[in-house]
Formats: sequence, structure tokens, C-alpha cells
Amino acid sequence: MVETIYALASGRGRAGVSVVRVSGSQALHSLEALSGLRAPQRRKAHYVRLTNPVSRETIDKALVLFFESPHSFTGEDVAEYHVHGSIAVIQELLDCLSAFPNHRMAMPGEFTRRGFENGKMDLTEAEAINDLINAQTHLQKLQALKQLDGGLRALYADWTERLKKSLAYLEADLEFPDEDDADGVSRVVFPVLDKLITEIGAHLADNRRGEIMRDGFQIAIIGAPNAGKSSLLNMLARRDVAIVSDVAGTTRDVIEVNLDLNGYPVILSDTAGLRLDALDQAKDHDRIEAEGIKRALIRAEESDLKILLYDGTQEEPDPYTLSMIDENSVSVMSKADQATRLAYNAPLIAVSSKTGQGIDVLLRIIAEKIEERIGGGEGISLTRVRHRAALEECLKSLQRSQFAPLPELAAEDVRMAIRYLGQITGRVDVEDVLDVVFRDFCIGK
Amino acid sequence: MKSSLETNFDVIVVGGGHAGCEAAAAAARSGAKTALLTHRLDTIGIMSCNPAIGGLGKGHLVREIDALDGVMGRVIDRAGIQFRMLNASKGPAVRGPRAQADRKLYRAAMQEMLSDYPNLSLVEAAAHDILLDENNAICGLVSEDGRRYQCRSVVITTGTFLRGVIHRGEERIPAGRVGEGPSVGLAETLERFEFPLGRLKTGTPARLDGRTINWDILERQEGDSPQTPFSYLTDKITVPQIACHITYTTPETHQIIRDNLHLSAMYSGRISGIGPRYCPSIEDKIVRFADKERHQVFLEPEGLDDHSVYPNGISTSLPIEVQRAYLRSIQGLENVEVLEWGYAIEYDYVDPRALKSTLETKKIAGLFLAGQINGTTGYEEAGAQGLMAGVNAALQAKSVSRETSDVFTLDRAEAYIGVLIDDLITRGAPEPYRMFTSRAEYRLRLRADNADQRLTQRGIDIGCVGAVRAAAWHEKAKKLEAARALAQSLKATPNELAAKGVHINQDGQRRNAAELLGRPQVTWALLAAIWPELEAIDADIREQIEIDSLYAGYMDRHEADIEAYRKDEALALPRDLDYDKVGSLSNEVRIKLQTAQPETLGAAARIPGVTPAAVIALLRYVQRKDHTKDHKALDGGRSDSVDAA
Repeated sequence: MVETIYALASGRGRAGVSVVRVSGSQALHSLEALSGLRAPQRRKAHYVRLTNPVSRETIDKALVLFFESPHSFTGEDVAEYHVHGSIAVIQELLDCLSAFPNHRMAMPGEFTRRGFENGKMDLTEAEAINDLINAQTHLQKLQALKQLDGGLRALYADWTERLKKSLAYLEADLEFPDEDDADGVSRVVFPVLDKLITEIGAHLADNRRGEIMRDGFQIAIIGAPNAGKSSLLNMLARRDVAIVSDVAGTTRDVIEVNLDLNGYPVILSDTAGLRLDALDQAKDHDRIEAEGIKRALIRAEESDLKILLYDGTQEEPDPYTLSMIDENSVSVMSKADQATRLAYNAPLIAVSSKTGQGIDVLLRIIAEKIEERIGGGEGISLTRVRHRAALEECLKSLQRSQFAPLPELAAEDVRMAIRYLGQITGRVDVEDVLDVVFRDFCIGK
Repeated sequence: MKSSLETNFDVIVVGGGHAGCEAAAAAARSGAKTALLTHRLDTIGIMSCNPAIGGLGKGHLVREIDALDGVMGRVIDRAGIQFRMLNASKGPAVRGPRAQADRKLYRAAMQEMLSDYPNLSLVEAAAHDILLDENNAICGLVSEDGRRYQCRSVVITTGTFLRGVIHRGEERIPAGRVGEGPSVGLAETLERFEFPLGRLKTGTPARLDGRTINWDILERQEGDSPQTPFSYLTDKITVPQIACHITYTTPETHQIIRDNLHLSAMYSGRISGIGPRYCPSIEDKIVRFADKERHQVFLEPEGLDDHSVYPNGISTSLPIEVQRAYLRSIQGLENVEVLEWGYAIEYDYVDPRALKSTLETKKIAGLFLAGQINGTTGYEEAGAQGLMAGVNAALQAKSVSRETSDVFTLDRAEAYIGVLIDDLITRGAPEPYRMFTSRAEYRLRLRADNADQRLTQRGIDIGCVGAVRAAAWHEKAKKLEAARALAQSLKATPNELAAKGVHINQDGQRRNAAELLGRPQVTWALLAAIWPELEAIDADIREQIEIDSLYAGYMDRHEADIEAYRKDEALALPRDLDYDKVGSLSNEVRIKLQTAQPETLGAAARIPGVTPAAVIALLRYVQRKDHTKDHKALDGGRSDSVDAA
């Protein structure tokens, strides 16, 4: 028998109300035993006294709801207990639930997983629930909700449908060579494939907007040791996350802080100072630092934006930092509150982590860069690398089909394209294609 | 033909249709003492429907039957009166051999072949019931005249005899009546053991008198010349060849049918069975495709010295008067006379999900079912099942213990036969099942031209291939190997090629002849001009190397797929897996799995409606169970692993 699972569905710790969710065929049994209700009404709140079946003591006075399979989040019977958000109440309720036969604590994500397994949602929607739960900014939330509403599913389902139809034409042409109406492959199929190639290409060429929105816009602060990177990070984050010290090379690893910038999720990271000598001749005590620098370089490579920070009290700009200038970088001069003597013949934003001078300007420029990269875009976006990889393969197959030297190879390519799309949402069966063949063509001797 | 009086056999095959003939021949070839039991010996090898063999997917099956030394390919080669390679203009994977047959020649060739087949006796008797031993396993068979036969395996291939009803207008004629049809007794046997039954229908057109057709005004369809035989053992077709003709229905035809739809047995609600979508009746075509102005009709002669003509494409269950009227509204048929009227037939079949991948029933050890009784249509699908059931029936009959008997199965990456049987046992047959090349995931590999390369060695290894074919294959295999090695050893750079007049990309890459053949502008003749030793390679061998090159890139992509597929196939599910105990399965999925009882995880995944998530749940359950000793002992799981634990 499938085990009935339970877990605290709301956050841990003291709160006004906490919700405990129970899902599985025994959920009604434990609800009736704890609440004294007999056959509670479906999807209706009942105000009850929950009693510990062993000690006969009251656990809490609570609101309980019962959702009958399949009309629930998981598709199974589900009971919800809205109890007072006390650690003691929750603990006792969970203890009591554990004593019922076939009840066990749910594993992380298990409710959603059961919902998915019971066909309550497809994979993109299950992923959206997770994204919604983890959404930290307004725009992240909007994106997750769009996906949860089946936005991606509808888009991919539409593509799958059109591909299926194209394949049906190709297959009909192959399977029924004697029929006089199984033609139209070039007339019908190739224009459709052309259009799909354009659409999927455009969907992919979105600058990774959706993925960045989901995972956060990566900003790396890069600069020579003691250029003031950690101080700038602290100023930007307005809280102390990195150890700030005057000793050069203190930040040996990458330190991250999450920011919400106008609704955009930003991951700001402070990296080890770039000291090339440390990389070259790693003496024993410098090994850790060398490793830190390596990670800084990788981080710089992967980031969506680099803040290149120069020490305003030095005369010469650090040559290694200079070498990293590109279209995704912003050049910044630190320590603007001190006597600066930096010789730099390009626009620089002068900031001071002590006085806050220039910080607003820097934030505005960062926001513009983000807006430029992932702002706008009314359409539904790709949110995961998994989707991107499958779509890229799908696109490649379609492009190949255009140049396939033989009709069965074109069909093979379209078959593969459908399979890759199916990896995102679910499988397409050969019977589905035959259905279209027999529905749309008059075939058969 | 003489009926044998023997009563002691290893394998008894019931039924002399296309499944029965292959089953009997295969069992006999596999060394089992075999009887083919049929109510009338002179009906062996009869073509009851369309007088043709092969086509797309179907032609592939015939080649596979032939590669396993079956009889169908050789018989049609001796009876074919028009051979055509369908899709000749397309690539080799989707080319399907097809031949129009002379019914009488086909039947005669089949009877001749089976009458002196080693190990095979032909018995004229109607099967009445099977006999079981104390383990619920086959130990014999009793015929309607009360004679008892001993055997260890029975293959039932009796087609549509289960509660067959013929419909034509308001007429209803029970088919398979006592004394006439093949044993009603066996129908009762299957009922007694509560095999799950379903109901299907199929139709047939009227047979026309060719002397009353105005051939001169019709479009001719010639056959190929030279003809490509079906069998790898046939060098040349010697039967005289004829042309077929094509005509079309007219607006008047459509009007007559529309006006009389209410008289059609199929449209008046008298038929409950499900018909094939790919072979609709003319009533169906006119209703469903109302805007089509005309439908093609293929006029196929049924024999060289036979006036009977099969009008392919217009099967019907309309009353006789309506049939006459609409036939005469068709071009060239204005004065046609009819020899036999069209009808629809409705029949029961056994849900093939009751079978194992060997086509043995799950309920009764030693009982095999093959052919139309399993919900398929077509001679080729029947023959393919017959062959596999025959080999497995023989393997089991010869084995000391049924449990440890060898089995012979083919997978979806090996053969259309594998696709056919896997589809049947995992999906059942919700409509009459017909093979299409689209059903094969690995279509580029499963070609009609390479069936011998895929299967003959497998057949030799299991013992169902005779000495003549084995020798022929070994010789061909040697030639293939040598030619492939040669093609890979001959290498040239683009510059060297350009000097000989062959121009490809100047990328400096040194390529071998096989790789070069994959280029669209490079032909064998061009390469033979550079390397004269290529000239000596036989045409059929050369063709194989060209095809290898043509599909090379796609084949590589298939390799990874096939590996993943076989990994799932390797994960056997316990025979009596209790799906109620598997977590996270919806009721719908649970019922589907329970019905099919898939043999492997891969088969479970292919059942329609079984979600990827359900497959994962199943995998988790089975893996968990593999670690728990007591569970294993409880369900009597594979004994080797119990010992190991």
C-alpha cells in the first residue's frame, strides 16, 4: 500500500497559524481519529478540537479541511490541519500522526512529486511550484506563476502538436505510396517546419532571460587585492557579509549576497583579489589563495556583469583587472573619499564605501544593465537549463530535417525533434502520430 | 496429400492458414516432431482475403520470416504474378517488396512445400479440446472424432473462428458453423479458461468477373522488371507476370452509397466490433472524407487462369442490390458481373496481453496462440507470429523441464517481428493490428534488405534455420565482411580524389571509401574508377555497403538510443508483481499494468498511459525489493538470486 505522508507545510518556528498537510489513502482515517469528525464534508473548513489518541489530552483547537482524491493538490486524499503556530503544538501533532499505521514524514518535495506522478501537473508546472516557493523578488514570482499557469506547457504542447502533424504527413507519404492523396509533404510540412525553426530559435535567443530571472543575475566584483571589493560589497548589500580587513588577500573564496534590485534577483559576489604572482608560484601558504584566485577568474567568466574595481589611491590601474574589460563590465574607482591619483583615461564611477558617495549612481547603472539584459519580454521564458538543452537538440534536428537527402531521414529528424520536446513535458507515442494519419488522410486499399 | 495417422507428437499446430503453416514448419525445422492439424488438408495455404503479400512493413516481415528460414517468402516467389518494390524512389529503409499472388499457385506451392517437410505430419481433423496434466500444462489434444493426441505444446492459429458473424445489409450469417468451420470446441476451451476476449471487425469487397470489365479504358499499373524476389534463396522469378489496373469511384457512386447508408450493416449499428482505421470500408471513406471527389480502386487479378478480380479499396457491408448499383457506377465496371458479394465479418479475438513474449499463454504452459486470433490482420503479421510461436513451442517441447527451456524472442531494435509481438503483448489490439514502418523506432536499421544480416545467425544459433540457408548465409556473410574491410582500407585525401576527377570539400581529411560513399556526389562507379578492386564486388554486397554509408550518421545516433532501450529491457519485472504494493501509482496506471503484466521495465514504459513518473516509481519499487530477501522468497522470485542471498 502507498504510505500516507505528512509534513509541516508552513514555515518552521513560532507563527500565528501553521499548516500541517497529510496525503495518502489513510489521511481520512487519521483526521477522523484526531478530530472526532465522522465523514467530514469535502473541501470545507471544520473547527475542531484535536485530541492525542493516547493521552486523551487536547493537542490544539484547529481548523481542518479534507480534500478527497483526486480533487487535491497531490491527487490523493489530503487532510490539512491549520493549528496555532506553536512549536509544541506542531511537534505533538506530528508525533501523533507518526503513530498511525502507514504514516510517515514526507521527504522534501514529495507532495509535489505525488501530484506530478498522479498526473495533476506536468513537469514544467511541478518545477514552477518549486520556483514559486523559492521566489524572492516580485518579478521572479510573476515568472513562476506564469509557468505554473501552464504557460510553458501550452507553448511546448502547441509545438508538439504541429510537429506531430508534420510527422503524420511525412509518415503517410512513406507508408501509403499507392494512395493518391498522401502527397502534400513539401506543400504542407516544410512551411510548418520553417516556421517552427524560427519560433524555437527566437525562444532560445532570449539572452537566457528566464533562467537568469529564476537563478539570479550574477554580478562579480573583480579587482586587485585591497582594491576595496569587500567594502563595496558590504556597502551594496548594506549588511556585513564579508570579512573586511586591511590585510591584502583576506577574501580567499567567493562570497555571495542576494539582492533585490527593482524586483530583479541579483547575486553579488566578492572574489579573491587578483594577484597573478600568487597563481604562478604558489608557495605552500599561498595555495589557498591561488585556489581563491582561480575561482575568482571562473566566477568572472560566468557572471552576467563584472564590476571592475580599481584602487583610487594607486597611480597605476591594475593591469590584470584592465584586461577584463568587455561589454559586460562596469569600471569603478574605489576610495573616492581619500586623495585619489589614479591615472585612467576612460569614464569611471567614483565610489566611496565609507561615505556612500557614488553608490546610487553605481546601483542605477547596474539596474540599467540588468534591465537591458533580462527586462521587458512579455512572452513566456525558458527557465531551466534542462529545457534549453532539450530545445537546442530539438532545433538542431529540425534544421537537419530541412537538408535531409531522403524523406525517411527527414521523418527521422522530425521524430527526434518531437522526442526532445517530449523530454520537457512528456512522451509522444507512435499511436498519436498514427491517429493523425488516419484522421486526416483517406487511406487504405 | 495424405493425412497422417500418428498420434504422438512434440508440437501440434491447429489451423492451416498463414500462421499455422509457419508455426508448423518452424517447429519441424527446430527438430520437434510436429503435426499440423486442420479440418481440411486442401485448405492449407489458402488466401482468404486480398491476393497479395508484402507492402510497407508487411514486406519487411516477410523478409524476416525468410531470414529465419520460414516458408512464406519462397511460396510467394513461386506464386507472384506482379512484383513491385514500393517506395523505390525513397530510401532503402522504407522500401517494401509487394507481390500480387495467384491464389491457386500460392496454395499449391504452400501445400507442396509442407507435404514433404522433414519432421512434419499433416493431419486432417478438427481440434476439439486441449488436454492438461496435473500442473495445468499441455499434455495433448483431442479431436472432434474423439481421437486423442499426445504432445507437449499446442499452437492455436485458427483465425477468426471465435463467434464469427458475417454481415451484409440485413443478412447475418454465423461463420464457423459446426462441421464446416474449424472446431467450435476450441472456442469453448478458451472460454472455459477465461481468456480475455475482445471483438473486432473487418470487411472485404465483392469479387468481380474480369471478363465483364472494360479494361481498355483503365489506367494500367505495371509490375517491376526485373522482379525482386522475397526470399534470399530465390534467384529469379519464373512465374508469368501481369499488369493491374486502377479505376476511380464517381460522384454517382458516392450518391448511391450516401442514399443507402442506413442499409449498411456497419452504419445501422448492427456491428459492435472495432474496425481497422487504415482499411476503411467505402461507406466509411465517403462519410469521413465527404469532400473527396473520388477514391482509388485497384483492380487486382486473383490468378493467371482465373477470371476473378479483387477490387481493392472498396470493402463494404451494403446489401447486394446496392453493391451492384454502386459497382456499376465506377469507370470500367459499367457492365460488371459479381462472382461473390462483399461483406463485413465480426469476430472475437484473445486479448494478446494474455501472452508472453514467446506467444505462450500466461495461463496454460505449453499453449501458444498466433495470428489473427491475437487481434492482428494480414498474412504477414500472422506468419511472423506463427514462426515465433512454432520455434518456442518446439524449444519447450524438446526441453527436459518447461521452466528451464530456451526461449527465442527478438527485440524492437532487431526486427519488425520484435516490434509486432512487443506491441501486441504490451498494448493489446484495440483495433485490428497491422504493421507500419512508423511503428519501428529503429526503422533505418530494420530494413527489408538486411533481414538476413539481422536474423539469420540468430536463427542458426537457436536451431530453426536449415542447412541450405545456413550455408548460403555463411557465404554471404564472408563476402560482406571482406567487402566492408576493403571499403574501409581504401583511403584518399580530397586532393588525391580531385586528381581523379572526384571533387569533395578540400579539408585535407583522409577518408576511406565507405565514408566517401556517404557524400551525395560520390558514387560507387566513381570510386571504382580510382580503385578497380571495388569492381569485383557483387551487386547485392555493394548495395549493403552503400546503404551503410547512406545512413551512417543517423545510425550512430541510434546506437545510444538502443543502448538505453536495452538497459530498460534488461530489467525484468517479477512475473507476479503485485502492483497494489507499488507506491505512487494512480488507479488508472495500476489497472493498465495489471492487465499487461509487462515482462520488463521497458515494456511497462511502452504501455499507453503509463507515465514516466510511474515507470520511475516501478523502478524504485523493484530495486528496493531486490534488496529485501523475504520479499523475494515470498513471490518465489528468480531462484538464482535467492540462492545468492
